[in-house]
Amino acid sequence: MEYETVIGLEVHAQLLTDSKIFCGCSTKFGATPNSHTCQICLGMPGVLPVLNRKVVEFTIKMGLATHCRINPEDVFARKNYFYPDLPKGYQISQFDRPLAEDGWVDVEIDGNKKRIGIIRIHMEEDAGKLVHDEAGPFSYVDFNRTGVPLIEIVSRPDIRSPEEASAYLRRLHEILVYLEICDGNMEEGSFRCDANVSIRPEGADEFGTRTELKNMNSFRNVQRALEYEVKRQQYVIEGGGKVIQETRLWDDAQGTTHSMRGKEEAHDYRYFPDPDLVPVAIDEAWIEQIRATLPELPVEKRERFAREYGIPPYDAGVLTTTRALAEFYEETVRLTGKPKIASNWVMGDVLRYLNEEKRDIQDSPVTPSALAGMINLIEKGTISGKIAKEVFEEMYRSGKGPEEIIREKGLVQITDEDALKKAIEQVLAANPAEVEQYRAGKQKLFGFFVGQVMKATGGKANPALVNELLKKTLSSP
Amino acid sequence: MAMEPYRLTIHELQEKLRQGELTAADAADSIFGRIAAVDERTKSFITVMRETAMVEARKADEAIRSGKGGPLTGIPLAIKDILCTKGVRTTCGSRILQNFIPPYDATVVRKLKDQGAVIVGKTNMDEFAMGSSTETSYYGITKNPWDLERIPGGSSGGSAAAVAADECMASLGSDTGGSIRQPAALCGIVGMKPTYGRVSRYGLIAFASSLDQIGPFTKDVEDCALLLSAIAGYDPMESTSVPIEVPDYRSFVGKDIRGWKIGVPREYFIEGIDPEVLAAVEKSIGVLESLGAERVDITLPHTEYCLAVYYIIAPAEASSNLARYDGVKYGYRSPEAGDLIEMYRKSRSEGFGAEVKRRIMLGTYVLSSGYYDAYYKKASQVRTLIKRDFEEAFRRCDVILTPTSPTPAFRIGEKTDDPLQMYLSDIFTISANLAGIPGISLPCGFSGDGLPIGVQLLAWHFQEGKLIQAASALERNAEIKKRRPAL
Repeated sequence: MEYETVIGLEVHAQLLTDSKIFCGCSTKFGATPNSHTCQICLGMPGVLPVLNRKVVEFTIKMGLATHCRINPEDVFARKNYFYPDLPKGYQISQFDRPLAEDGWVDVEIDGNKKRIGIIRIHMEEDAGKLVHDEAGPFSYVDFNRTGVPLIEIVSRPDIRSPEEASAYLRRLHEILVYLEICDGNMEEGSFRCDANVSIRPEGADEFGTRTELKNMNSFRNVQRALEYEVKRQQYVIEGGGKVIQETRLWDDAQGTTHSMRGKEEAHDYRYFPDPDLVPVAIDEAWIEQIRATLPELPVEKRERFAREYGIPPYDAGVLTTTRALAEFYEETVRLTGKPKIASNWVMGDVLRYLNEEKRDIQDSPVTPSALAGMINLIEKGTISGKIAKEVFEEMYRSGKGPEEIIREKGLVQITDEDALKKAIEQVLAANPAEVEQYRAGKQKLFGFFVGQVMKATGGKANPALVNELLKKTLSSP
Repeated sequence: MAMEPYRLTIHELQEKLRQGELTAADAADSIFGRIAAVDERTKSFITVMRETAMVEARKADEAIRSGKGGPLTGIPLAIKDILCTKGVRTTCGSRILQNFIPPYDATVVRKLKDQGAVIVGKTNMDEFAMGSSTETSYYGITKNPWDLERIPGGSSGGSAAAVAADECMASLGSDTGGSIRQPAALCGIVGMKPTYGRVSRYGLIAFASSLDQIGPFTKDVEDCALLLSAIAGYDPMESTSVPIEVPDYRSFVGKDIRGWKIGVPREYFIEGIDPEVLAAVEKSIGVLESLGAERVDITLPHTEYCLAVYYIIAPAEASSNLARYDGVKYGYRSPEAGDLIEMYRKSRSEGFGAEVKRRIMLGTYVLSSGYYDAYYKKASQVRTLIKRDFEEAFRRCDVILTPTSPTPAFRIGEKTDDPLQMYLSDIFTISANLAGIPGISLPCGFSGDGLPIGVQLLAWHFQEGKLIQAASALERNAEIKKRRPAL
């Protein structure tokens, strides 16, 4: 039998606010355990939460960027459960009145557009982190992460394959990073994903029994885990068994999922409106004010680049991967007026050098104006394209400008006809046999002479001029 | 012989301090002498803070000498042990917090300290403020100073008894369903629950967050006004506190109430009220009428649901608020536990008393999936109707007058085996918490056994001034013989 896969994803994204959602503690990652805590995020008796306005603002941004409806009155609710990393015994989250609802994003699979629905986006606080001492009898709790603001983005069960899931995740990730509301770091847990997955016979209307997958900390692992789980469910069904509703953990090393808890062990979270927080009122004026600050989003930018700069969709895709890269490119184009050449250089040498050192475009030692300066020197004929590669490497290593490097290294292209003529005469004099053969009709040797002249001039000769002069010299005995 | 300083009210002591007739150190000394003499019998305090108080008193004297004294400078006050005090153990009457030393001051405590008040100690209370008699405290039972065989009311019984027994000039308590007004009535003093949002709850250990409110216990109405002015106001640390300006409540003391309409709700004059209570309350209505006020019969039709609504909402919130006591970071942890689940189970089983457990179970049940709509949601809807009843009623009257408690103080142990009987002692006070409105209780007479009886006045949101005005009129004209408990 053919099966159809049904996937829904829950994404948790940490928001890039300076302080936590309900207190003034820092959200910085990697500090000494429990150094970013206070009585409020530690849930001491008597403390009360006060909402960080930035969290609301950031969440509205994500809601708008994913075409959601922003609800005018949003209510925080308590999600009650016991765990040592949850100091109040409940998590402040949202339940029946989340901030944003009913949105979508488009993803592209093999060149085809597919729309994935978003059920809701809500705000909540992160929990702390348990550190297990493998040797000793104790576990430790680090509350630095407790109260770091999160948004949870819940998709509709519109996703039909692990590839689509991965594409959807990348799209959300890209939007969050573009909006500068999340750093998107999956290893540090700033962007996390749980998946609900089920299969059903092709053409069926009812959903199959789903399992929830957790602990997938990269795009690749999400795809791998889903692929494994789909196969596992098929195997269970085809073997005459039934899929059990349960939560399963992805084991990266084994490449498998295993059961964490069954339905009967599922928590009853006893949600109710948090009486310590008043409903958040969001008026149209606020929404419009935030809408006005939204940057151009990746999809729009991609389309504009292809249209405005006449570059291939592939180039547009690569150049809009991050806002900073797109800005780097656009600045280079602005200073040169050569979109395709700029694209070749940015996608080529710039990204190659950066990727080799795992550096971000923001940290590029070559600035858009330096790169543009170099491109302009090629266009003017001051240096050859070949020499430019050398110049670029030096610019990257030393951070110097192109003119300075060309001057220091004497790399200016030789366009002086007399100098070139002299070089040509020397080359021809040194290779009398080849000259003889060429003149006898072996035209292929022309390239050999060009190469020899270039070599003799240390690559600085203007290739077009060499061609022209060489032809003239060889044809006039 | 001059009157012992511990007998004084805040405003009387304030005057003597200002005149230089007494020093704050004298006053504090007198209070600690009194505590030493009577607290063994009343058991008002869980923690007495003599050392820090004497330091504060000397500082207050300096401030007064250099002309920097305010209305509370040098005034010895007691604080219910539900309010966090930096560096001073705060137990909430529970074993589970027997070793909890808060790293911060509650907003009201900070305000009092900033105004130069001298904090003399932390008072006893029902465990987590769950009770009406101060019998559920892990730290022993507080006795009613008027009759040591009887309860002082609760949950703020320690704060009420301490004021009645002159162990402090005034105190702070908290009121979730009557926990200030009922013990004030039973101990023959003044107690006020302000409007929800009037006083910051930051640092108040939560019982039922949508109902809890901090308020003063005082020896007279003028002191009540004075202490309320000192603690009220918006707090940026508290989302439900309201940014409305705080009037000088003292300016309402002694003002005329001619032409006022006094609402008397028929649902509050029911069978089961002690006849002596009824008579004393009726007499109060007569006093107000004699001052030119008019009695208006009103109705609060949803009154019969108050108790049921309260015993769904309060335990629901409590079950969540008390989840943090898990033995992980602070407070009691069972030494017996072998693993995590056992640590939770044993710490909570051993750390909480029976009444607290009863309410956690009730609250967990009403919030659980499948029951939420039938209980919590329905109760919230009825709560809105109860609030509307008051809104409607206050269109027809300035204040509402009711008994505070259906009976005077009952005997220790009398109701401990019957939670429902115990819950009924808050029947007249709970509605104000559900509606978020302010209420005051003040003495209006004595029973034949010499036990104090209280009358309750209620007003619409943020009308504490009206309560002070009506209560002060009643206090000045009721001609109740000044009596003190014989201790």
